[in-house]
Amino acid sequence: MKRFLGFVVKEFYHIFRDYRTLLILFGMPAVQLLLFGYVITNEIKDARIAILDQSKDEVTRKISEKVLSSGYFLLDKNLNSSKEIEQVFRNGNVKLVLIFGADFSKNLDKTGKAKVQIIGDASDPNTANMLVNYIQGILSNYLISLNAEKAPMQITPEVRMMYNGQMKGVYMFVPGLMAMLLMLISALMTSLSITREKELGTMELLLVSPLKPIQIIIGKVFPYVFLAFLDACIIIILGNTVFGVPVVGSVALLLLESLLFICMALSLGILISTTTSSQQIAMMLSLVALMLPTILLSGFIFPVENMPLILQWLCYFMPPKYFITIIKSIMLQGNGFRYIVFETGILVGFTLLFILLSVKKFKVRLS
Amino acid sequence: MYSPEAENIIVVKDLVKKFGSFVANDRLSFEVKKGEIFGFLGANGAGKTTAIKILCGLSYPNSGELTVGGFDIYKEREKIKKNIGYMSQRFSLYDDLTVFENIRFYAGIYGLRRRVIEERASALMEKLAMKESRNMLIRDIPLGWKQKLAFSVAIIHHPKIVFLDEPTGGVDPITRRQFWDMIFEASRNGITVFVTTHYMDEAEYCDRVSIMVDGKISALNTPENLKKQYDAESMNDVFLKLARTKVN
Repeated sequence: MKRFLGFVVKEFYHIFRDYRTLLILFGMPAVQLLLFGYVITNEIKDARIAILDQSKDEVTRKISEKVLSSGYFLLDKNLNSSKEIEQVFRNGNVKLVLIFGADFSKNLDKTGKAKVQIIGDASDPNTANMLVNYIQGILSNYLISLNAEKAPMQITPEVRMMYNGQMKGVYMFVPGLMAMLLMLISALMTSLSITREKELGTMELLLVSPLKPIQIIIGKVFPYVFLAFLDACIIIILGNTVFGVPVVGSVALLLLESLLFICMALSLGILISTTTSSQQIAMMLSLVALMLPTILLSGFIFPVENMPLILQWLCYFMPPKYFITIIKSIMLQGNGFRYIVFETGILVGFTLLFILLSVKKFKVRLS
Repeated sequence: MYSPEAENIIVVKDLVKKFGSFVANDRLSFEVKKGEIFGFLGANGAGKTTAIKILCGLSYPNSGELTVGGFDIYKEREKIKKNIGYMSQRFSLYDDLTVFENIRFYAGIYGLRRRVIEERASALMEKLAMKESRNMLIRDIPLGWKQKLAFSVAIIHHPKIVFLDEPTGGVDPITRRQFWDMIFEASRNGITVFVTTHYMDEAEYCDRVSIMVDGKISALNTPENLKKQYDAESMNDVFLKLARTKVN
């Protein structure tokens, strides 16, 4: 036991003397969370638009007012002819042009039909799509208010978004980021620190010593359990204080599940380090083989249900997918353990599998 | 000191180690006597490192009977580990730990008590004239110091046998000579030294040497006897003659 403690102390020296490791360990969670929280947002605010009003009557003025007072749009310019449209898009400061046809209100009164054209800048397809949808929403609202005066029958949907009432993007990023960062710190850092000993040749000295291989592995891994756990806490606290992401369910359960995920990622890190003896390869393996799937195939950003079937199947082999489900379930829905038994079981299974494979690999190497 | 009557501390019988179809150690058999400095010579790739790794328990042989310090390498590995020290050709110390922290760490994993570690570390740094460097990081000290420190750390737990795998690679002749003085001292203190090298002048310092060519031991005797036997001026000539007979 004393030997083991000495070993752990040595590991902490390694970590605390390397400012780059420290920066990654504690700087990254904060920076990533702030970046994801502020930069990548699906909400539109103050998008600049231009309006070409060819009829300039009461109705078009009313609609324009509604559009501009919605908080989503800012008027950049009133256009006078359709020739200008191309130019304002090219200048790049306008995302959308709204065009009212001539004799708008006259047509609306007489035939019940009036033409409005919405032109979006689809060089950024997501934003264009969203802006167009917002405008359409405003238009159909206006239409309903018009009809309300005439027709008595109407259907008014009352929409309520559960668990994330304001549809905040951060609610989605906090669980995803937790999975990503814990994976990175645990798997990448342990695989690097073990392969480093191999590169230095100190691993041989450790194996020649009376330390048992299992003591060496646990000694190397233990500090990272502690640090990754600290990171999990940082993310939860930052998410809560800065972005107001709540922890509706049990905090203790959330932390326990995080610990399980950390152990899973650590055992994966060990497995990576048994397959290679160079830090560079370990780094490439961890980044390419772990980071990308964690971001793309875990439901972090892109919903699994919308993927092609083959990719969906692949997603089932991604441990972060289950962890993200677990965190969302606890943090946002406030579910208890019995709702996440299945996911927890799968994470335990992955952990055992990775440990088993590592032990097998380790023995093969030795003989 | 070599004496034929001393007890065997390492016994190797018909050691075979293959990597696929390549035979790295081809039926090696030899004994090392307690207290001697045993030189394990050979060109690069002759199979020295493979053999030393097996003796240290870093890899298993394909076949053969081996005992180290009287313990069987298959069944009594843990006992062997407590009784040997090992220094690799890379002088493996941790760059980002200080001189003292390295000593304390390696002594610690051999289970030495804190007080004993303090005593031995102080004595060691006194001997190596490194007292002022106690708190310097390993990456900041010269290679020669690193080598001496790596050796001292390998014997800090007073093992029965110390295995040195090309311990003098990459250092200048004067430092090499000083390093051998440390080996002699360890030997005087009763530690059996098993050393691999490809510097033939160092072979002269050994009590007995074995010369490996292509995975086999082609000669094993004291340097004097070998020179007589091959009618050679120096160990270098002995080695060249052996290598040549093999080519012819």
